[in-house]
Amino acid sequence: MSDETSASQVPIVGYLQLGDDPHLRASECTDCGARYFDRRNACANCGGTGFSQVRVAGAGVLKAYSVVHNAAPGIPVPFVSAIVETEDGTSVRSNVVGLDDPMSAELGMRVQFTTYVCGTDDDGTECVAYGYASA
Amino acid sequence: MTRFARYPELDAFDLASQACLDAFADGGVGIHDMDVLAAGSLFQPPGFGQRLQKQIGQTGIPVYNVTNACATGATAIRVAYMSIKAGEAQMGLAVGVEQMGKMGLLAGKSRSERKVFEPTGRYEAVTSIDGILGTETMPGVFAQAGTGYAYENEGVGFEQFAKVAYKNHLHSTLNPLAQYQKEFSLEQIMGSPVQSYPNTTLMCCPTGDGAAAVVLVSEERLRSLPAEAQQRAVKISASVLTSDPWVESGQVQPDVNTLTRSAAAQAYEAAGVGPEDLDLVELHDCFATAELIHYDNLGLCEPGGAGDFIDSGAPFRDGRLPVNVSGGLISKGHPIGATGVANVYEVATHLRGEAGDRQIEGARVGLAHVIGLGSACGIHILEKAAV
Repeated sequence: MSDETSASQVPIVGYLQLGDDPHLRASECTDCGARYFDRRNACANCGGTGFSQVRVAGAGVLKAYSVVHNAAPGIPVPFVSAIVETEDGTSVRSNVVGLDDPMSAELGMRVQFTTYVCGTDDDGTECVAYGYASA
Repeated sequence: MTRFARYPELDAFDLASQACLDAFADGGVGIHDMDVLAAGSLFQPPGFGQRLQKQIGQTGIPVYNVTNACATGATAIRVAYMSIKAGEAQMGLAVGVEQMGKMGLLAGKSRSERKVFEPTGRYEAVTSIDGILGTETMPGVFAQAGTGYAYENEGVGFEQFAKVAYKNHLHSTLNPLAQYQKEFSLEQIMGSPVQSYPNTTLMCCPTGDGAAAVVLVSEERLRSLPAEAQQRAVKISASVLTSDPWVESGQVQPDVNTLTRSAAAQAYEAAGVGPEDLDLVELHDCFATAELIHYDNLGLCEPGGAGDFIDSGAPFRDGRLPVNVSGGLISKGHPIGATGVANVYEVATHLRGEAGDRQIEGARVGLAHVIGLGSACGIHILEKAAV
């Protein structure tokens, strides 16, 4: 987390970087360029053990989606689950947000990274999530 | 195999025992002929195979407890197959069982009431991400696999996926072992409640209970059995298991394609047959979207042509290449550990000419495919007349 981030906010996952310029950060294999959002011991593609931290592009295209109407209790439905391919060729999972009608999601639609507060815990800390809005 | 259904009055040992004893009776053999037991179940506790022995016979043979997601049953068969191939066994028993009842969605966590955001795990997530960062439910994950195919290929949409379910429900009306045996119109399927678009409820497999078992035998040992047993035995021409190789998108969306394509290529190579030689296919239609993309993954259609394939009627039981004449997972049911054995049972039954009303006449070569997320893919190619 960067210093600018409000102490009362946390990112939903470690690879979401908050602050003035929110973005996703990936671990990129220094040998083959494969990108990961979680902690890895070695690269699943080439076995390399060197990783550098890189910024993932915010603009992308909707490559696959589903409009989910049935989920575990407590999860608001419907929502548009999405697989986005960013301009720099990184696949990201998230939701398409901001659509008035979930069924208006379309394969190939251009989308843009965005963040929003998705919940508050019992200590008053806000959780910040990321999603993709129609661009 | 047992009929797939819900058996609240039985336990998993009842179901597995029934399948094993039926398999023995079918082959004219008994527990004392078995050199190895492979017992597959996803939800039974460790040691399931040994506890099953207490019901069907404790003979001291090696037992392998197998769990490999939805490929559990196929993996159990392959364990017995490898034992025979390695020369350690002449005859073996593979059984798959599950007792799921009405489990509903198998993945996706609800968010708890009391919460404090603290990073956990390798993603350092502070809360359940299901429903915020995409979906973890199976209908949703496989819906995305289907729409991902639709993005890459022409002629694939909601109607093509729905036709798959129409076909499998229709096929199941001829299968007394199916959990459901009811025909639905395309309109009913497309109009049933949406689980995860484009998968409606009637395009999703149910949960349920059931078991299936097979006896595997070496060619040498088979020749010592009575003539009738030799004639009814079918040949395992290929037994293949793969896992998912790295692909760029694999960390955010399970890739069910690459490992299926790899398994199919290896299986066709091992069996010396191609998709054009197949008389029937039982493939892993956990959801209608899944079946459609596996037409392409298994090489049943032209590359990119899965939409045309279903539109042409080819995979219907009276079509060019019948797929899931059992009713498939969608209607026959999907008690997970049993599924990969039941698929082999179905193909073998047709090769023997014993499938009754649903028999595919003259079937000589068939393929059984299962895939489990994580991922694991099992393919068996069977041929009529082992000796």
